[in-house]
Amino acid sequence: MNRLVAFLAANVVPIMFLGISAAGIIMADLTLSSVSSDVSERVFRNLFLVLSLIIPIVAGLGLNFGIVLGAMAGQIGLILIQNGKIGGLEGLFVATAGSIPLAILFGYLTGLLFNRTRGREMITGIILGFFANGIYQFVFLILAGPVIPLHAEDVLLTKRNLDGTVSPLMGLRVTMNLTMIEAALDYPLEHFAPDGWIRKMSASMFGDRFAGSIPIRFGGVKWATIPILTLLTNVALCFGLTWFLRTKLGQDLRAVGQDSHVAEVSGIRVDRCRIIAIIMSMVLAAMGQIIFLQNMAVMNTYQSHEQVGFYAIAALLVGGATVSRASIWNAIFGTILFHLLIVVVSTAGSRLESPQIGEYLREFFAYAVIGVTLALHAWRSKRG
Amino acid sequence: MTSPPPALELDGIRKEYYGNVVLQGVDLTLAKGEIHALLGENGAGKSTLMNILFGMPVIAETGGFDGEVRLAGAPVAFGSPEEAMAGGIGMVHQEFMLIPGFTVAENIKLNREPLRPTKVFKPFGNALRRLDEGVMHADARASLDRIHLDLSSHVLISALPVGHMQFIEIAREVDKSAIKVLVFDEPTAVLTEGEAETLLGIMRELAEQGIAILFITHRLEEVMRVADSVTILRDGQRVWSGPKQETSVEHIAETMVGRDLESDEVPVLAARDEKPQTTILEVRDLAVAMPGESVRGLDLDIRRGEIFGLGGLAGQGKIGVANGLMGLYPTTGSVKVNGAELRLNQPRESLNAGMSFVSEDRRGVGLILDESIEMNIAIPAVEVKSKFLRGPRSGWLKSFGWFDGTAARRHAESMIERLDIRTMGPSQAVGRLSGGNQQKVCLARAMVLDPDILLVSEPTRGIDVGAKKLVLDLLVELNREHGLTVIMTSSELMELRSVCDRIAIVTEGKVAGILPPDAPDVKFGLLMSGEAV
Repeated sequence: MNRLVAFLAANVVPIMFLGISAAGIIMADLTLSSVSSDVSERVFRNLFLVLSLIIPIVAGLGLNFGIVLGAMAGQIGLILIQNGKIGGLEGLFVATAGSIPLAILFGYLTGLLFNRTRGREMITGIILGFFANGIYQFVFLILAGPVIPLHAEDVLLTKRNLDGTVSPLMGLRVTMNLTMIEAALDYPLEHFAPDGWIRKMSASMFGDRFAGSIPIRFGGVKWATIPILTLLTNVALCFGLTWFLRTKLGQDLRAVGQDSHVAEVSGIRVDRCRIIAIIMSMVLAAMGQIIFLQNMAVMNTYQSHEQVGFYAIAALLVGGATVSRASIWNAIFGTILFHLLIVVVSTAGSRLESPQIGEYLREFFAYAVIGVTLALHAWRSKRG
Repeated sequence: MTSPPPALELDGIRKEYYGNVVLQGVDLTLAKGEIHALLGENGAGKSTLMNILFGMPVIAETGGFDGEVRLAGAPVAFGSPEEAMAGGIGMVHQEFMLIPGFTVAENIKLNREPLRPTKVFKPFGNALRRLDEGVMHADARASLDRIHLDLSSHVLISALPVGHMQFIEIAREVDKSAIKVLVFDEPTAVLTEGEAETLLGIMRELAEQGIAILFITHRLEEVMRVADSVTILRDGQRVWSGPKQETSVEHIAETMVGRDLESDEVPVLAARDEKPQTTILEVRDLAVAMPGESVRGLDLDIRRGEIFGLGGLAGQGKIGVANGLMGLYPTTGSVKVNGAELRLNQPRESLNAGMSFVSEDRRGVGLILDESIEMNIAIPAVEVKSKFLRGPRSGWLKSFGWFDGTAARRHAESMIERLDIRTMGPSQAVGRLSGGNQQKVCLARAMVLDPDILLVSEPTRGIDVGAKKLVLDLLVELNREHGLTVIMTSSELMELRSVCDRIAIVTEGKVAGILPPDAPDVKFGLLMSGEAV
């Protein structure tokens, strides 16, 4: 009995979420299979971003709201391939390769800042995200074109001339259709030539209709679609994180996160460890944002990164993580639960009232989660 | 045949901080397998000596030191604690340097983890090599066995009782294979009697294994039990050194506290005509959770009209008493002021009961540094006593009274004159005053409340000699002429002995004993060491 109470108390956030989701499904009479296939798609595109938050938590930096900067690095990589017209898996690879140095730079600078604002990393990260957004807009609204040599017509804003021709101006388009890398990780085969050897080989092995994802059918309806490469990427990251935390560097980060004073006295270079943690988080966030956007296939150039931090953090917290403790399982369960709730409230909301209500509920719940879990964490650590 | 060189020699160590000599040529020799007790009051120079031994950066930053440190006969000059550790010197800290969420083995091997070989990640150096948990636990096991600690190396530190943590620290030092000299800094301070017993046994054991041990403690009884030899420091000088057999608890206590003749001529106040008799403050079983200065079950009776001194070594809890009485740290127990029970943990209640406090943390708690002298003096009175206010004095409109700047200024001016505060005027910010003048503002601030009991903590810390005398004279004057009861907490025994009627020595959070100011040195020394007199 006591153990049951303790279990419920320890998992109050996930349980609350399951409850609300179940209520939403029943009230709005949603079809389970469509909910589950929506959720699975969202989980596959978001999980990587959520996992990118784990290392800074382990290293005692709390929730890294600064991953917004990592997401920006990822988007800059995508802008580059969009401009250079590189598509498919190759495009994803180039975008990632281009974004990693930027993410390292952003991570290093953020790390320096966090070392000077120790104990207030989270609020610093939030404000830093807003500030970086301003710089990002300046760079891509004003400098892109005249200063930064971007030229592609579907990247830059354009002006229709009197003679009917179209000429590029300065500034990036507000939305970009990432058709060339659309679902390049989820459905990689679609980006290879239909008569190429890869397609032929896969057709002979898995059949004509296989494009890289496996639909899971059950009782005649589709419940989920498993994108093989995306799944493998996430699994690889999970194993990579587990492995990393048992290396010397991982152990140092854990020591710093637990008690930076003791770590310092034991000769661990605390400031350096904290910077490394932030850099790793930024690099993973950049990759996560690329994975996210290849699935969306549309990039809101000036907005896609804005909410990344909040949504990923909300998802992690829903999974039972706290400011000071997070595991891979927290990330996985959290992402599933959070997106279950989001799918349920937004579809239920739009079905009951209007699409705006659904949108409202989505935002409301995301912020409510962060607020409630932060309060719970403060309350628990006060009780000891 | 020549005997092997001693494990550690300190030869003529001399150190000054900004012209202030804290060590004046200290010698110390530590043989292999010897337990050597290093004793002395606060400020005697023990910490500075350890800082030199461990190559703490603070030493080099303040101009280095003179003299020589020799390890096994070879001169060494450590530039950092890491180098000292690599050289074979270990330290068992007073506060635990352990990570609660790590296992015993992870803590013992902290930052010295055995690693598995790697081929793939070679370019990253050691950073991406996996920990070799098998070796980690085996090594930890061996170290735990060496100090006879029957404990799994897989247990989390947070799951251990406090007493065990000290042993894990020792195991960690022992695990450093090259360890030659081990410093124990007040290791038994937080241990229960049984645990302390075990610890002393371990020290003997380690000494027999050939490790030289430097034992810093204030518990003289433990010194007599385990030490082979003793060195006593006083005011940066070695005043006595020799084998344990040639000394006694009484001798050590007297040597630690004793002064030279000249400084012994402290003006002990003439006895009063009538001794204060009635009890004004009755403290029973007081416990204060002040970090580093916790009080654990202290009883006291303060008489009306006396100057009562609270002394003792740093960290023993004397500072916690006044802070607890004022409700500044979580406090339990029973306190009666003039026979009426005081509600604890409510600073307002303490103030209303007629107690006023001059904090040891002058700049943090005592003063608002950016505010003027007159405001600093007036604010508590406005808040607690509704002084310096115009308009309604009572009823529900009371909160809407407005500040009477003229009255506050007049009061400030009179205090400036009376306490001889050296200032450009009552509107000067207190942050710009010297330490001694700030302390006087603190006193004025406490006095404006017309207290029955004045608690003063470390009133002369950080102020120059002339100002010291003025502050002490002022306390005596307030006491004699206004009948104010003063409870003075101070680390300087001489200062307490110069003004107090009675002095309680606080040791390990309790009153070890109460002495008259003219009691012999040896008694004060014994009480500080937790011995009965």
